[in-house]
Amino acid sequence: MIAYGIALFTALLIVAGALFALIAAIGINRLPDLYTRMHAASKAGTVGSGLMLIAVGLHAGDLATFSRAIAGFFFFILTAPVSAHLLAKAAHQVGYKLSPVSVLDELKGKDGPAP
Amino acid sequence: MIAPETIIQAACNFALVVLGIAFFLTVYRVVKGPTLPDRVLSLDMLVGIAIGFIAVIAIRTGYTLYIDIAISLGLVGFLATVAFARFILARGLVGERPLEDGAVLRTEKHKVKGGKKAKAAAAAAGGKGKSGSPAGAGGGRRK
Repeated sequence: MIAYGIALFTALLIVAGALFALIAAIGINRLPDLYTRMHAASKAGTVGSGLMLIAVGLHAGDLATFSRAIAGFFFFILTAPVSAHLLAKAAHQVGYKLSPVSVLDELKGKDGPAP
Repeated sequence: MIAPETIIQAACNFALVVLGIAFFLTVYRVVKGPTLPDRVLSLDMLVGIAIGFIAVIAIRTGYTLYIDIAISLGLVGFLATVAFARFILARGLVGERPLEDGAVLRTEKHKVKGGKKAKAAAAAAGGKGKSGSPAGAGGGRRK
Protein backbone atom coordinates (compact mmCIF):
# COMPACT_ATOMS: atom_id res chain seq x y z
CA MET A 1 0.00 0.00 0.00
CA ILE A 2 2.87 2.33 0.78
CA ALA A 3 4.27 1.67 -2.69
CA TYR A 4 0.99 2.90 -4.17
CA GLY A 5 1.08 6.03 -2.05
CA ILE A 6 4.64 6.87 -3.05
CA ALA A 7 3.90 6.14 -6.71
CA LEU A 8 0.80 8.33 -6.70
CA PHE A 9 2.65 11.18 -4.97
CA THR A 10 5.57 10.92 -7.41
CA ALA A 11 3.22 10.95 -10.39
CA LEU A 12 1.45 13.98 -8.92
CA LEU A 13 4.78 15.80 -8.53
CA ILE A 14 5.82 14.98 -12.11
CA VAL A 15 2.54 16.15 -13.62
CA ALA A 16 2.47 19.30 -11.48
CA GLY A 17 6.04 20.17 -12.45
CA ALA A 18 5.33 19.71 -16.15
CA LEU A 19 2.20 21.86 -15.91
CA PHE A 20 4.15 24.60 -14.06
CA ALA A 21 6.73 24.58 -16.87
CA LEU A 22 3.94 24.84 -19.45
CA ILE A 23 2.34 27.76 -17.58
CA ALA A 24 5.71 29.52 -17.48
CA ALA A 25 6.17 29.03 -21.23
CA ILE A 26 2.68 30.40 -21.94
CA GLY A 27 3.38 33.38 -19.68
CA ILE A 28 6.64 34.11 -21.50
CA ASN A 29 4.70 34.34 -24.75
CA ARG A 30 1.66 36.22 -23.52
CA LEU A 31 3.00 38.92 -21.17
CA PRO A 32 3.74 42.34 -22.63
CA ASP A 33 7.32 43.24 -21.68
CA LEU A 34 10.54 41.92 -20.20
CA TYR A 35 9.81 42.79 -16.59
CA THR A 36 6.49 40.94 -16.53
CA ARG A 37 7.84 37.98 -18.49
CA MET A 38 10.45 37.66 -15.77
CA HIS A 39 7.68 36.83 -13.26
CA ALA A 40 6.60 33.81 -15.31
CA ALA A 41 10.09 32.54 -16.08
CA SER A 42 11.71 32.86 -12.69
CA LYS A 43 8.83 31.76 -10.45
CA ALA A 44 6.82 29.16 -12.35
CA GLY A 45 9.82 27.81 -14.25
CA THR A 46 11.89 27.27 -11.10
CA VAL A 47 9.02 25.59 -9.27
CA GLY A 48 8.45 23.31 -12.27
CA SER A 49 12.00 21.97 -12.46
CA GLY A 50 12.26 21.81 -8.66
CA LEU A 51 9.13 19.68 -8.29
CA MET A 52 10.46 17.24 -10.87
CA LEU A 53 13.79 16.96 -9.05
CA ILE A 54 11.98 16.14 -5.80
CA ALA A 55 10.01 13.50 -7.73
CA VAL A 56 13.27 11.85 -8.81
CA GLY A 57 14.47 11.77 -5.21
CA LEU A 58 11.22 10.23 -4.00
CA HIS A 59 11.12 7.65 -6.76
CA ALA A 60 14.63 6.38 -6.04
CA GLY A 61 13.78 5.61 -2.41
CA ASP A 62 17.41 6.11 -1.41
CA LEU A 63 18.63 8.60 1.18
CA ALA A 64 21.73 9.63 -0.79
CA THR A 65 19.73 10.27 -3.96
CA PHE A 66 16.99 12.06 -2.06
CA SER A 67 19.46 14.36 -0.30
CA ARG A 68 21.13 15.19 -3.62
CA ALA A 69 17.75 16.00 -5.14
CA ILE A 70 16.88 18.25 -2.19
CA ALA A 71 20.27 19.96 -2.49
CA GLY A 72 19.65 20.63 -6.18
CA PHE A 73 16.16 21.94 -5.42
CA PHE A 74 17.49 24.43 -2.86
CA PHE A 75 20.27 25.43 -5.22
CA PHE A 76 17.72 26.37 -7.89
CA ILE A 77 15.52 28.15 -5.37
CA LEU A 78 18.52 30.19 -4.20
CA THR A 79 19.99 31.08 -7.61
CA ALA A 80 16.86 31.88 -9.64
CA PRO A 81 16.03 35.17 -7.83
CA VAL A 82 19.67 36.28 -8.01
CA SER A 83 19.94 35.83 -11.77
CA ALA A 84 16.49 37.33 -12.41
CA HIS A 85 17.30 40.39 -10.28
CA LEU A 86 20.65 40.88 -12.02
CA LEU A 87 19.04 40.69 -15.46
CA ALA A 88 16.20 43.06 -14.55
CA LYS A 89 18.59 45.55 -12.94
CA ALA A 90 20.89 45.53 -15.96
CA ALA A 91 18.02 45.92 -18.43
CA HIS A 92 16.43 48.77 -16.47
CA GLN A 93 19.73 50.54 -15.94
CA VAL A 94 20.60 50.38 -19.62
CA GLY A 95 17.21 51.80 -20.55
CA TYR A 96 14.84 49.10 -21.75
CA LYS A 97 11.41 50.57 -21.22
CA LEU A 98 8.41 49.19 -19.39
CA SER A 99 5.22 48.33 -21.20
CA PRO A 100 2.81 51.28 -21.43
CA VAL A 101 0.19 49.36 -19.45
CA SER A 102 2.40 49.35 -16.35
CA VAL A 103 1.32 51.92 -13.77
CA LEU A 104 4.41 52.59 -11.66
CA ASP A 105 8.18 52.66 -12.13
CA GLU A 106 9.73 53.38 -8.76
CA LEU A 107 13.26 53.23 -10.15
CA LYS A 108 12.62 55.85 -12.82
CA GLY A 109 15.63 58.11 -13.09
CA LYS A 110 17.28 56.60 -10.03
CA ASP A 111 19.73 54.22 -11.70
CA GLY A 112 21.82 55.24 -14.63
CA PRO A 113 20.64 57.42 -17.50
CA ALA A 114 16.90 57.97 -17.52
CA PRO A 115 15.43 56.56 -20.73
CA MET B 1 -5.48 -2.99 -10.00
CA ILE B 2 -2.91 -0.85 -11.72
CA ALA B 3 0.70 -1.47 -10.82
CA PRO B 4 2.63 1.48 -9.32
CA GLU B 5 5.15 1.40 -12.16
CA THR B 6 2.35 1.83 -14.69
CA ILE B 7 1.18 4.98 -12.93
CA ILE B 8 4.70 6.41 -12.98
CA GLN B 9 5.20 5.53 -16.65
CA ALA B 10 1.93 7.19 -17.64
CA ALA B 11 2.85 10.32 -15.68
CA CYS B 12 6.28 10.36 -17.35
CA ASN B 13 4.74 10.12 -20.82
CA PHE B 14 2.34 12.95 -20.06
CA ALA B 15 5.15 15.08 -18.62
CA LEU B 16 7.33 14.50 -21.69
CA VAL B 17 4.57 15.71 -24.00
CA VAL B 18 3.81 18.78 -21.88
CA LEU B 19 7.51 19.64 -21.52
CA GLY B 20 7.94 19.35 -25.28
CA ILE B 21 5.14 21.85 -25.85
CA ALA B 22 6.66 24.21 -23.27
CA PHE B 23 10.07 23.83 -24.90
CA PHE B 24 8.80 24.84 -28.33
CA LEU B 25 6.84 27.79 -26.91
CA THR B 26 10.01 29.05 -25.24
CA VAL B 27 12.06 28.53 -28.41
CA TYR B 28 9.48 30.66 -30.24
CA ARG B 29 10.14 33.47 -27.75
CA VAL B 30 13.90 33.10 -28.19
CA VAL B 31 13.53 33.48 -31.95
CA LYS B 32 10.94 36.25 -31.86
CA GLY B 33 11.85 38.09 -28.65
CA PRO B 34 12.29 41.70 -29.63
CA THR B 35 15.21 42.58 -27.38
CA LEU B 36 18.33 40.87 -26.09
CA PRO B 37 17.16 40.57 -22.44
CA ASP B 38 14.04 38.73 -23.65
CA ARG B 39 16.24 36.19 -25.36
CA VAL B 40 18.48 35.81 -22.32
CA LEU B 41 15.44 35.25 -20.11
CA SER B 42 14.07 32.65 -22.51
CA LEU B 43 17.42 30.84 -22.57
CA ASP B 44 17.34 30.75 -18.76
CA MET B 45 13.86 29.24 -19.01
CA LEU B 46 15.15 26.68 -21.55
CA VAL B 47 17.72 25.53 -19.00
CA GLY B 48 14.91 24.98 -16.49
CA ILE B 49 12.90 22.94 -19.00
CA ALA B 50 15.97 20.87 -19.86
CA ILE B 51 16.40 20.11 -16.15
CA GLY B 52 12.79 18.90 -16.15
CA PHE B 53 13.52 16.65 -19.12
CA ILE B 54 16.57 15.22 -17.34
CA ALA B 55 14.49 14.52 -14.22
CA VAL B 56 11.78 12.69 -16.19
CA ILE B 57 14.35 10.61 -18.06
CA ALA B 58 16.06 9.78 -14.76
CA ILE B 59 12.75 8.40 -13.48
CA ARG B 60 12.06 6.46 -16.68
CA THR B 61 15.45 4.81 -16.93
CA GLY B 62 16.24 4.49 -13.23
CA TYR B 63 19.72 6.02 -13.48
CA THR B 64 19.93 8.33 -10.48
CA LEU B 65 23.25 9.68 -11.74
CA TYR B 66 21.20 12.06 -13.90
CA ILE B 67 20.55 14.21 -10.81
CA ASP B 68 24.20 15.26 -10.74
CA ILE B 69 23.94 16.23 -14.41
CA ALA B 70 20.86 18.31 -13.61
CA ILE B 71 22.67 20.12 -10.77
CA SER B 72 25.65 20.85 -13.05
CA LEU B 73 23.34 22.14 -15.78
CA GLY B 74 21.65 24.45 -13.26
CA LEU B 75 25.03 25.83 -12.20
CA VAL B 76 26.04 26.47 -15.81
CA GLY B 77 22.70 28.13 -16.56
CA PHE B 78 23.00 30.42 -13.55
CA LEU B 79 26.53 31.46 -14.52
CA ALA B 80 25.47 32.05 -18.13
CA THR B 81 22.59 34.29 -17.07
CA VAL B 82 24.87 36.30 -14.76
CA ALA B 83 27.43 36.70 -17.53
CA PHE B 84 24.75 37.81 -20.01
CA ALA B 85 23.43 40.34 -17.49
CA ARG B 86 26.93 41.82 -17.13
CA PHE B 87 27.19 41.88 -20.93
CA ILE B 88 23.87 43.74 -21.28
CA LEU B 89 25.06 46.23 -18.67
CA ALA B 90 28.31 46.80 -20.56
CA ARG B 91 26.78 46.87 -24.05
CA GLY B 92 23.93 49.31 -23.64
CA LEU B 93 21.25 49.78 -26.25
CA VAL B 94 23.42 49.20 -29.31
CA GLY B 95 21.24 48.60 -32.34
CA GLU B 96 18.00 48.44 -30.38
CA ARG B 97 15.66 51.27 -29.58
CA PRO B 98 12.58 50.04 -27.71
CA LEU B 99 9.47 52.01 -28.42
CA GLU B 100 6.70 52.76 -25.95
CA ASP B 101 4.57 49.83 -27.07
CA GLY B 102 7.36 47.34 -26.61
CA ALA B 103 8.17 46.96 -30.29
CA VAL B 104 11.74 47.50 -31.36
CA LEU B 105 12.87 49.83 -34.08
CA ARG B 106 16.13 48.48 -35.46
CA THR B 107 18.66 51.17 -36.24
CA GLU B 108 21.92 51.04 -38.08
CA LYS B 109 24.96 51.99 -36.08
CA HIS B 110 25.83 55.05 -38.15
CA LYS B 111 22.27 56.31 -38.10
CA VAL B 112 21.95 56.46 -34.32
CA LYS B 113 23.35 60.00 -34.18
CA GLY B 114 20.18 61.40 -35.68
CA GLY B 115 19.70 63.98 -32.94
CA LYS B 116 16.51 65.07 -31.27
CA LYS B 117 14.54 65.44 -34.47
CA ALA B 118 14.89 61.80 -35.48
CA LYS B 119 14.11 60.74 -31.92
CA ALA B 120 10.88 62.76 -31.95
CA ALA B 121 9.95 61.26 -35.32
CA ALA B 122 10.51 57.77 -33.93
CA ALA B 123 8.35 58.58 -30.91
CA ALA B 124 5.58 59.89 -33.18
CA ALA B 125 5.75 56.74 -35.27
CA GLY B 126 5.50 54.70 -32.10
CA GLY B 127 2.43 56.61 -30.93
CA LYS B 128 0.79 56.20 -34.30
CA GLY B 129 1.53 52.48 -34.39
CA LYS B 130 -0.10 51.99 -31.00
CA SER B 131 -3.57 52.36 -32.48
CA GLY B 132 -2.78 49.92 -35.23
CA SER B 133 -1.11 46.55 -34.94
CA PRO B 134 2.09 46.35 -32.93
CA ALA B 135 3.76 44.44 -35.75
CA GLY B 136 3.28 47.47 -37.99
CA ALA B 137 5.11 49.68 -35.50
CA GLY B 138 7.91 47.16 -35.20
CA GLY B 139 8.40 47.01 -38.92
CA GLY B 140 8.82 50.77 -39.32
CA ARG B 141 12.28 52.06 -40.15
CA ARG B 142 13.91 55.20 -38.97
CA LYS B 143 14.84 57.73 -41.59
